[in-house]
Amino acid sequence: MRIALFVTCLVDGLFPDVGKATVTLLERLGHEVVVPPRQTCCGQMHVNTGYAAQALPVVRNHVEAFAQADVIVTPSGSCAGSIRHQHAGVAREHGDAGLVAAVGEVARRTYELSEFLVDVLGVTDVGAYFPHRVTYHPTCHSLRVLGVGEKPLRLLRAVRGIDLVELPAAETCCGFGGTFALKNADTSTAMLADKMTAVLGTGARVLTAGDSSCLMHIGGGLSRLRSGVRTLHLAEILASTAEVGAR
Amino acid sequence: MTFLGMPRGTGNLTGTPFPTAARAALGDAQLRRNLAKATSTIRAKRASVVAELPDWAELRAAGAAIKDAVLADLDTFLLRFEAALVERGTTVHWARDATEASRIVTDLVTATGTREVIKVKSMATAEIGLNEALADAGVTAIETDLAELIVQLGHDRPSHILVPAIHRGRAEIRDLFRREMPGVDPDLSDDPRALAEAARSYLRHKFTTVDVAISGANFAVADTGTLVVVESEGNGRMCLTLPRTLISVVGIEKLVPTWQDLEVFLQLLPRSSTGERMNPYTSVWTGPTEGQTSHVVLVDNGRTATLADPDGRAALRCIRCSACLNSCPVYERTGGHAYGSTYPGPIGAVLSPQLTGVDRNPTLPYASSLCGVCYDVCPVAIDIPSMLVHLRERVTQTKGRTAESAAMRSLAWFMSDAKRWRRLLRSARSARVLGRRHDRIGHLPPPLSAWTTARDLPRPPRQTFRDWWETR
Repeated sequence: MRIALFVTCLVDGLFPDVGKATVTLLERLGHEVVVPPRQTCCGQMHVNTGYAAQALPVVRNHVEAFAQADVIVTPSGSCAGSIRHQHAGVAREHGDAGLVAAVGEVARRTYELSEFLVDVLGVTDVGAYFPHRVTYHPTCHSLRVLGVGEKPLRLLRAVRGIDLVELPAAETCCGFGGTFALKNADTSTAMLADKMTAVLGTGARVLTAGDSSCLMHIGGGLSRLRSGVRTLHLAEILASTAEVGAR
Repeated sequence: MTFLGMPRGTGNLTGTPFPTAARAALGDAQLRRNLAKATSTIRAKRASVVAELPDWAELRAAGAAIKDAVLADLDTFLLRFEAALVERGTTVHWARDATEASRIVTDLVTATGTREVIKVKSMATAEIGLNEALADAGVTAIETDLAELIVQLGHDRPSHILVPAIHRGRAEIRDLFRREMPGVDPDLSDDPRALAEAARSYLRHKFTTVDVAISGANFAVADTGTLVVVESEGNGRMCLTLPRTLISVVGIEKLVPTWQDLEVFLQLLPRSSTGERMNPYTSVWTGPTEGQTSHVVLVDNGRTATLADPDGRAALRCIRCSACLNSCPVYERTGGHAYGSTYPGPIGAVLSPQLTGVDRNPTLPYASSLCGVCYDVCPVAIDIPSMLVHLRERVTQTKGRTAESAAMRSLAWFMSDAKRWRRLLRSARSARVLGRRHDRIGHLPPPLSAWTTARDLPRPPRQTFRDWWETR
């Protein structure tokens, strides 16, 4: 299958290893990966902060960048959620009928990574090897906007050598929330503190999730505490093999 | 936009920015413990009784559909309701806003000559600031719901829709009763039974001597003119049946079309709010009993303005169950006072700004991480996260040009073209210097310092993903 990767702005600029791992994984499963060159960002930060009108050119650019793609995969539950559930509203409110139709087309062909692997490719064992104690945080948008459910866990359970431990109160938000982390920094930090307590209590050495944004938040806190627990995107664990480990 | 011209409601917004109010609450260890314990207990109870019903999803859809049907023809249903009330001998009053509603009730109360009224717990009367208006007229309003009584005796404000004293522990309540409750045992213990018994004997005297009661209503049946109060303590039943004058303050969105529609809501409400299959007391009355005078005050106070907004009107489906408060990770940590409005929590963050206009407290729609739990647990499927986003847009439109809007505009310019975006990322690489010592960034200047006070940022990579992709 020819897969168009939407790498996301955050992964492109700050976490390129997540993008590389997604490419490695999809190619190892026998697929061709393309990276449409016009892509930038889905515009979610603008929409969620109250700037849907300003997000319009970003949304339009995204739709044009992926107009030719048959299937679009992104290593982010939150960005996939925005494309599937917010773009139509932005187009309706601020755009035109042509854009409404175009965002609908792109949204229908867009998958978050774990959904794509389990639902479209029908695989749960991707041949990964990762001999570490890991705990998984289900990110809010992957869980409640996309409804990925157990899919990421099914993929992780099939990883050879992994010691997967359950995260207490896993489904509670980590406090990131995009600009919420800045506008309500104190509340965000209080939520982060509880999430870190839960992570540290598991004894896991690696925290994983399907969104680099949430991992940037929890990982930023774990780093500040010099906790020694590192964060890895789900794609990085799934891309690891006995020959080529993550980081 | 049509809704801009509609009259907004007034009342009971402190206007303190949420982040400021939240900061004080977050530092209160006792409050944090009380809230965490209370909300986690009630969350677990709710989850277990909701899971029992195989048709919860259908009930929820029915609840939403019934409320939407009422809201779509609210004018017709209201007139039908009024006619049914009048036919049964109730006097109906219409109030445009909080001030008018409070004045109507105060006039009715003072006309009876009483100096005291007893009250059934009611969000509508809190919203219109009724107790304060009555006090100004020399009338003491006595709250008879135990938690409301605790709040009242403490000269405090409610912090939760269902459990207004959720922020108080039992030792605090004992001290409060000893200090403020007339005739209380000075050696009162903090045993919950003893506390309840103290309140009970204090209130029993009021029930038998005060002759005017004020209630709200959980539901109002348009066809029959029936009012419904759902409660747990029996205080409501006392207030509704003993005094000779009963005044009920009802928001115009409380209507359901027919008696049969109650079957849906009387399943949804107790399971969502107290986590019970059924609440202990459901009082249902149609018109006054013999010898009783009854009044209904129908309150708009911004509801029509809310109804005029297609993206916001679903907030009027709310049945005040508080499931969203109990489930919200923000509410659990800040408590209700931080929201500075009668309606706290996620529903407050969408309802209050709509009733009064977003400019009265523009920080409220931002008081959420948009995690979506509130939508999942809402028994009438109000999509609170989408509504928050919609209201945030209203806030930015109201504020016009700010430093933030300039930054957002500029960022959108970079993000709407791959070449510009790439230039931006390459220039961001210069920030690598900030992380050169520890391979992470620990300090950034304002406004990004809000991030680095508690979290590190990774050092920008030498090579972006795109640069790597093109060289492979």
